[in-house]
Amino acid sequence: MQVPPAALARRTGAGRVQAFLRSQRADGVFRWLTLAAGVLILLILLAMALGMVRAAGPSIDRTGWRFLVRAEWDPVAEEFGAAAFVVGTLASSALALVLAGPPGLGVAIWLAEVAPARLREPVSFLVELLAAAPSVVYGLWGIFVLAPWLRDHVQVPLSEHLGFVPLFSGPPLGVGLMAGGVVLAIMIVPTITAVSREVLRAVPDSLREGALAMGSTRWEMIRLVLLPAARPGIMGAIILGLGRALGETMAVTMVIGNRAEIPRSLLSPAQTMASVIANEFAEAVGDVHLAALVEVGLVLFGVTLLVGIGARVLIWSVTRGRSLGGGVL
Amino acid sequence: MRRSRHRGRRLRGLLMEALMFAAAIVVLVPLVSILFYAARQGLPGLTLEFLTSMPRPVGEPGGGMANAIAGSIVMVSLAALMAIPLGVLAAVYLSEYGETRVASAIRFGSDVLAGVPSIVVGVFVYALAVVPVRHFNGFAGSLALAVIMLPTVTRTTEAVLRLVPTSLREGALALGATRWRAILTVVIPSALPGIVTGSMLAIARAAGETAPLLFTALGNRFWSLDLTQPMASLPVQIYTYAISPYEDWHRQAWTGATVLILLVLATSIAARRYARARGALR
Repeated sequence: MQVPPAALARRTGAGRVQAFLRSQRADGVFRWLTLAAGVLILLILLAMALGMVRAAGPSIDRTGWRFLVRAEWDPVAEEFGAAAFVVGTLASSALALVLAGPPGLGVAIWLAEVAPARLREPVSFLVELLAAAPSVVYGLWGIFVLAPWLRDHVQVPLSEHLGFVPLFSGPPLGVGLMAGGVVLAIMIVPTITAVSREVLRAVPDSLREGALAMGSTRWEMIRLVLLPAARPGIMGAIILGLGRALGETMAVTMVIGNRAEIPRSLLSPAQTMASVIANEFAEAVGDVHLAALVEVGLVLFGVTLLVGIGARVLIWSVTRGRSLGGGVL
Repeated sequence: MRRSRHRGRRLRGLLMEALMFAAAIVVLVPLVSILFYAARQGLPGLTLEFLTSMPRPVGEPGGGMANAIAGSIVMVSLAALMAIPLGVLAAVYLSEYGETRVASAIRFGSDVLAGVPSIVVGVFVYALAVVPVRHFNGFAGSLALAVIMLPTVTRTTEAVLRLVPTSLREGALALGATRWRAILTVVIPSALPGIVTGSMLAIARAAGETAPLLFTALGNRFWSLDLTQPMASLPVQIYTYAISPYEDWHRQAWTGATVLILLVLATSIAARRYARARGALR
C-alpha cells in the first residue's frame, strides 16, 4: 500500500523533528541554551568565591582577621599570617607601577598622537607581542638575564654608594623585590599602553581642533586638552595594570627570592600572595597549611576584584563602552 | 620677544615628543632582549630529538620534552573544546537576545572572570577537580585552562557578532528562517573570522599558562596521555627545569621556552593577521 510521504514522516518521527526545528519552540530552546551558557559564567564566579571560602574555612576559623596583619608563616607550628605576602605584593606592584606608568603612558601618547604612520603599526605590534609572551618565559629571562644584570649594574653600585639608605640596604643578591618589580613592570606596560591609547583615541577630535586653532603646539594640545579629558581613563588603564601586577604569578615567583618575611629593602628577597601559592600549594603539609594558602588566594581574589572593577568604571567614563584594545584585554 | 617665546614652546614640544620616542625604545628593549636570549640559548638545542624524545635522568645528556609537548596539546585542545562552544553560545545570548539585566550581569561577570588571576583559578579548580579524586590529573588542568579561556572567547565573539549588519538577520528572517536558524546559518558564519581570531588568541594565552597547572595537572616525568593522571605540560616543564640547579636542564628550559614562544607568538600573530585581513576585530 502506498503511504503518503507526510504520513510516513509522521509515523517515523522525522517530520516531527522537522516541524519542531521550524517551530517557535525550537527558538525558545535555543535562546534558553545560550542563556544557560551565559549564566554558567556567573555560576563559575559564584562557585569560585563560595568554594574558596569553604576550602579556606579551617584557616579562617583558626586565625580570623588577624590573618591579614600577622607576619608569621610557620607551616611546622601551623601558625599562619599573610602580612608578609600582602606587603610583598603591594611593594612589588607599586614598584612596577612607578617603573611602567610613565613610559607606558608616553608610548601610548606617542602612538595615538605623534608617531608617523610608518612606525605606528610595527611598534603597536611589538608592544602587543610583549603582552602575548608567556609569563614563564619572562621568569626564565628574569632568572638568567635580568637578575644577574640588576645585581652587577644596579644593586652593587647602589649598596656601595647608598647602602646607608634603608631602602637600598642588604646584600646585592639579584633576585628579590627589585627584580620582581622590574619584571612586573615589563609585563604590565602593554596593558597600560594599549588601554591608554584607546582612551586617548576616544577623545573627540573637536577638542584637538579647538586647541590647535587657538594656536597651541601639538604638545600643548596634548598636555592642556587631551590628557585632562582622558584623565579618568588613563587612571583606569594604570589601575588595570595594577590589577595585572597583583595577580601575576610565574615570573614573580621565579625572581622574587621567596622568603616569607616582610621585606626590609628593595634588595631583600620577598614573597607575594601569588608566589607563595605557586611555591607551596602542591606540597602543602597538613590541612591548615592548605587552607591558609587558599585563604591567601581568597584575599588575592578579593583585592584584584575590587581593583579591576574600579579600573573598568574609570575607563568606562571616558570611552562610554567602546570596546578596548584589539584583543590585548 | 614673542617669536623667541614661540620658539621656546616649539622646542619644548619637540623635546617631549623625543622623550615619548625614547619611552617606546625603553619599552621595546626587554622584548628584544627576551627574544634574543631565547634564540641564542634555545635555538642550538632545538633539534628533532628535543621534540620527539623523553626527558632523561639528570646527568645523562640529550633527551627532550616530547611528553610535555603532547600533554600541552592534549590539555589545551580539551580546554578549547569546552570553552569555545560555551563562550560562543554565551556571546550569542549577549549580542542576539541580550539587552536585559541578566545580560549586563553576564557581561560584567565575564569581565570580572577575565581579571581573576590565573593562580586563583588554579586554586578553585584544585578544590573542584583534584580534592574529590584525591590526586592531580590532566582533566583538572584542562578545566582550569578552559575557565581562563572562556571570558576571552565570550567577549571577542560578542564584539564581532555585533559587527554583523542587522540587514543580514532581517534578510534571513524574511526568507522564513526561524531565529536560531538565522543565527546559526547566517549570523555566525559571517562573523566566523572574528570568532576564529578570538578563539586563537584565547588558545595562545592558555597554552602559555603555568600557574594554574602547577597544582591541577602538576606535571609528569613520564609519557602519559591519561587525563585521570598527572600530566606534563610545556610551561610547567620549563618552570621546573629553570629553577633546578642543573646546567643541562637550564639549557633545555631555554629550548623549551623557544618552542613555547614560537607556538604562542605564531598563533597570536596568525590570529591578528587573519583578523586584520578579514577586517574583523579592528
